[in-house]
Amino acid sequence: MKTSLERLSGLLDKPLETAPRVLLLAAVLLFAPAYLTPLWKMTMFAPQYPDGLRMQIYSYKLTGGNGGQDIKEINVLNHYIGMHELTTADFAEFKWIPFVVGALALVFLRAALLGRTGTLLDLFVLYLYFGLFSLWSFGYKLYSYGHNLAPTASVKVPPFMPPLMGFKKLANFEVYSYPSLGSYALAAVAVTLGAALFLAWREARADAAAETRVAG
Amino acid sequence: MKRHRKTWITWAAVAAVAIAAALSGRCAPSAPKSKKAPAGASDLAVAAQKTYVAPGDLDEFYLFSSGGHSGQIYVYGVPSMRHLSTIPVFTPYPGTGYGFDDESRKMLGNLTWGDAHHPALSETAGDYDGRWLFINDMNGRLARIDLRDFKTKQIFGPVPNVSGNHASSFVTPNTEYALMGSRFSIPIPKGTYAPIEKYATDYKGVVAAMKIDPKTGEISYGFEILMPPFDYDLGDAGKKLSEGWAFFTCYNSERATGKLEVTASQRDRDYIAAVDWRAAAKAIEEGKGDMIGGVRVLDPKKVPGVVYLMPCGKSPHGVDVSPDGKYIIGSGKLQGVTTAFNFEKIQTAIRNKDFTGDEDGIPVIKYESIKDAEIPVGLGPLHTQFGPDGWAYTSLFLDSAIAKWKLGTWEVVDKVPMSYNIGHLCAAEGDTVSPKGKYLVGLNKLSHGRHLSVGPSQPESSQLVDISEEKMKLIYDAFTEPEPHYAQMIEAKKLHPIEVYPKDENKDPLAIWDVKDAGVTRNGANVLAKVVLVRSTITPTAIEVNQGDTVKIAMTNIEQTTDELHGFGLLDYNINIVCDPGETKTVTFKADKAGVFPYYCTNFCSALHQEMQGYLIVKGKS
Repeated sequence: MKTSLERLSGLLDKPLETAPRVLLLAAVLLFAPAYLTPLWKMTMFAPQYPDGLRMQIYSYKLTGGNGGQDIKEINVLNHYIGMHELTTADFAEFKWIPFVVGALALVFLRAALLGRTGTLLDLFVLYLYFGLFSLWSFGYKLYSYGHNLAPTASVKVPPFMPPLMGFKKLANFEVYSYPSLGSYALAAVAVTLGAALFLAWREARADAAAETRVAG
Repeated sequence: MKRHRKTWITWAAVAAVAIAAALSGRCAPSAPKSKKAPAGASDLAVAAQKTYVAPGDLDEFYLFSSGGHSGQIYVYGVPSMRHLSTIPVFTPYPGTGYGFDDESRKMLGNLTWGDAHHPALSETAGDYDGRWLFINDMNGRLARIDLRDFKTKQIFGPVPNVSGNHASSFVTPNTEYALMGSRFSIPIPKGTYAPIEKYATDYKGVVAAMKIDPKTGEISYGFEILMPPFDYDLGDAGKKLSEGWAFFTCYNSERATGKLEVTASQRDRDYIAAVDWRAAAKAIEEGKGDMIGGVRVLDPKKVPGVVYLMPCGKSPHGVDVSPDGKYIIGSGKLQGVTTAFNFEKIQTAIRNKDFTGDEDGIPVIKYESIKDAEIPVGLGPLHTQFGPDGWAYTSLFLDSAIAKWKLGTWEVVDKVPMSYNIGHLCAAEGDTVSPKGKYLVGLNKLSHGRHLSVGPSQPESSQLVDISEEKMKLIYDAFTEPEPHYAQMIEAKKLHPIEVYPKDENKDPLAIWDVKDAGVTRNGANVLAKVVLVRSTITPTAIEVNQGDTVKIAMTNIEQTTDELHGFGLLDYNINIVCDPGETKTVTFKADKAGVFPYYCTNFCSALHQEMQGYLIVKGKS
């Protein structure tokens, strides 16, 4: 009689069937848009900015609408409240996220070729950790920008949390913050990975049941 | 006896009543009989609807109205008739800092006023191309405004020999040339003395055209033609059929002096000078002409075939070429008709030497051979504009009205009163080969009683007329600063002005883009301050110099945001610069006064605009 732990490791040891492998390859491809397109978009409207000021956050850079001018404008406005200048150089995330995305893609590729059900579980946990950590990191960044205001600022505003997701009214600005294509691609990776894991798990269970019947 | 007296008294009373009744019937009415009934409520509603441009909505046309002796150009939106901006041209304008920085001060030269009458939009194939706007100055100058940024880019002149440049700045159909002409004949070159008794022989008029670079719009000398001492008034370039020719009206063909209002109004006909500008340009190219005042001037006696005179009654003002180029409309301001000349007949007459004489060697063409019609438009015709489908609109100064008539049939179909005394008029693209119709603006000289009183210095009036239907309809009164003479109306979609000067295009060697680069350097008694203007600091915030230093301040507005202009007003030194986003301007002055002089941003920019200030600290000599 096998213990449940032995049974589990048996299930996890099972090499992957075709379907999960294909899903893994699809996930690898999804990393490309995650790198190439913005992860997040922020849009700000005020009476004097009827066309809005726009900012896109990529995994490796910050860009502004209107040929980059919007970022400059946001910084000009932010300097009045003593906010730290938004620059690409200021984001440590821009250094490690592309590296991690690349590494993840490689690990996914390896799993697609040599993977077992257990690899999928590892990947899923790792990926979840990456996603949640990135989100926390981004949120913390926003928090820091809104809270580390220069004490010498000409206009004193109470520390604030810019919206991570959704809408928030900040002084005369309506600020909208939403994930963008890159983040949807990363979410799609999670879904694809989850589906692969589900399929692999179901097949492993079916195999194990068949084995038990044969053995019985 | 008693009865007789009673009868007498009765008769006297009856007679008195009868006389009173008769007199009362004859006394003047309270309003002229011709006064039209006020527009009905529905007319007003239609007019309101046609001219109402809702807040935030944009107009359909730009109107560039000359500022006359204010030396500026006013920009309006049509049909709202809202004043959008002022383009300073010949006169300093602190509002945009024009005439205070080194470059614009140099462009203005020693003149701080101009009399700008006739704007001309650049054309390609006879249609407005939206590139440049030219305008004349009576002081013998011609200016070019770039419509990319609505800024004056060049003031050319004073051009030698041209005295009182009124017949200007009309351009040829591909903007090869802009016309010039002298309204006041003088002995030339300028500086020559001749007593007024020798006016008829020793004073000279000049008609001219300045060359325009097809790529840059740069104005340079083209040609001048020596003319009899008439007063050259207005001009227009031929188009399509008549392309290659230019026409100038003149009054005072009497060659009179003194009280011209009488002496220059004796002849029934004066002239329109027809200039073959291609022939004139070719003659200059061939090195013909005499050097007068430093330029080559063509004498028609020595260079025949460049100019002919067409008789035109009486003291003609406007000369306007029809959209197809076939008709030349000359409006004699002291008569009740406007004259249509046929261009083909003019050519035939020239070929057949159908002349009746000459003026100083310039052939005078036989009037009857070239005239197609004398159109009874009304009293005091001044200027004609065109609509689509052969409609023509002539302003009537004395009748204070606009007459609508048809080219070819010469039928006058409608009149609309103007308040008051219309001078020029401007229809939408109404002097091009394809007039747009729709709107026409009457540029009136008098406005009394049509607006809230603002004292004796009355504004002029510009009235908007709807010409989209059979009957013309006055739909709006606008009031303009002195003094719109002529205007140009262009479809808004043809212009694409920039809103900031792109950083990459700024090639000023003194431009800096980082506050770190701002600062003051000294070279002997010359001080150079490189200044950054950005919300909300002028960097450096203090400039220290010694009394007697020559100070050059080069300031760059490093903003790239629409509408973020910054000023630099320096108190007690008569300096006010305004830099648009991305623009660098330089001002040089002698720090001759010791003391501390605040400088500050004069053009409101931000919530901390008031704090945008600094000090010029001038250390005294002692």
